[in-house]
Amino acid sequence: MASPSPKPNETVALPDPLREAVGQLLLAMADDEVLLGHRDSEWVGHAPILEADIAMASIAQDEIGHAVLWYSLLQELGWPDPDRMAYFRDPPEFRNATLVELPKGDWAFTIVRQFLFDFAEKVRLEALMASAWTPLAEAAAKVRREETYHLMHSRAWVLRLGDATEESHRRMQAALEQAWPHALGLFEPAPGEILRVEAGIQPPEAELRARWEAEVRPILEAASLRIPEAEPVYGGRHGRHTEHLDALLADFQMVARSGLGETW
Amino acid sequence: MVSDGAALTREAVLTALEAVKDPEIPTVSVVDLGLIYEVRVKGDEVEVDFAPTFVGCPALHVMEREIVERIQALGARRVQVRRVYRPPWTADRMNERARQALRELGIAPPRPVPAEITLAAFEKLPCPFCGSTDTRMENLFGPTSCRALFYCNTCQQPFEAFKPL
Repeated sequence: MASPSPKPNETVALPDPLREAVGQLLLAMADDEVLLGHRDSEWVGHAPILEADIAMASIAQDEIGHAVLWYSLLQELGWPDPDRMAYFRDPPEFRNATLVELPKGDWAFTIVRQFLFDFAEKVRLEALMASAWTPLAEAAAKVRREETYHLMHSRAWVLRLGDATEESHRRMQAALEQAWPHALGLFEPAPGEILRVEAGIQPPEAELRARWEAEVRPILEAASLRIPEAEPVYGGRHGRHTEHLDALLADFQMVARSGLGETW
Repeated sequence: MVSDGAALTREAVLTALEAVKDPEIPTVSVVDLGLIYEVRVKGDEVEVDFAPTFVGCPALHVMEREIVERIQALGARRVQVRRVYRPPWTADRMNERARQALRELGIAPPRPVPAEITLAAFEKLPCPFCGSTDTRMENLFGPTSCRALFYCNTCQQPFEAFKPL
């Protein structure tokens, strides 16, 4: 994985402790994307129809590409390179929300999770486009354009499956019950939120969550789905995960850690 | 072999980059796609601002490596390719030569990109084979991040389209 560099005459330098605080945000974003990308890739060759298979392959590739971008910005701030970050950290070092580490489940769960994640990413990126840290604002604007396609895709599937048949509705509702509390965990503040908000790096997570709910609730309701009342599952942003992350990383990191060399 | 230093100009670099193709669209150069934002030559050092189409495109590394090699062949001692995101690359940056080359490959080039991309951007897209606008989008996703799948109801051919971005 190569790293994008900052443009000339542009200062990337952030004073500590803000550097560390911005790094924690990037880490959360990168870890979310790389693991969701991996989960999406598990559908390749297994999706219900060929078009869906192609879509999941493409979405997986996009998410992992976005992860590389966030890891590359982290590298500019002094963290190790993207490959080391993705393949050579253990579960407690990951800062992803638990939503993305859950097994891929059935097609309904995959769609519901992707939908909840895509819209969370949308509101986050739109907020970060106004970030005081220019490299982040520029990258957010770029990624936001690409996400348009994910949003169209997951919204269409939610609307289609929500009330298509009794079975599709039952599966979608069950998926929503399972995914919703973990999706709320996407808005668990990563360490250093106060510093980031004061510096204009990002708005508070609570504000992002409110914007997200305003976007997803009407679509879920239009799909005849009932939104659960549940407490958020927190912990991911502080390295506390479900048992599923171990199995995911064992698979995801196996080749890189095999000692066979890191070049393909 | 070291070339004459005088050959190392911005124009010479841009001409050399005409030979760097997107490996997944092998008749279209990075220059015609509008991926090269700026070239700076300082003595025997060259910096290239390079904009990705899609950030996750696996061909980026291949193109970047070839950009470096082509410029080194002009005699540059140090070549740096910087990925830039501002302004974000859009399909409007492709020139007519790129659009024509895409059509010849059976890939419909995008129409002018609206500020907000909606499904309307995929309606009545002209078929690259017969020109008919009686076409339908089959899948937002295709063989690469930047392509979607279509079908032409007139000539009954599936085709690909470069996504508006």
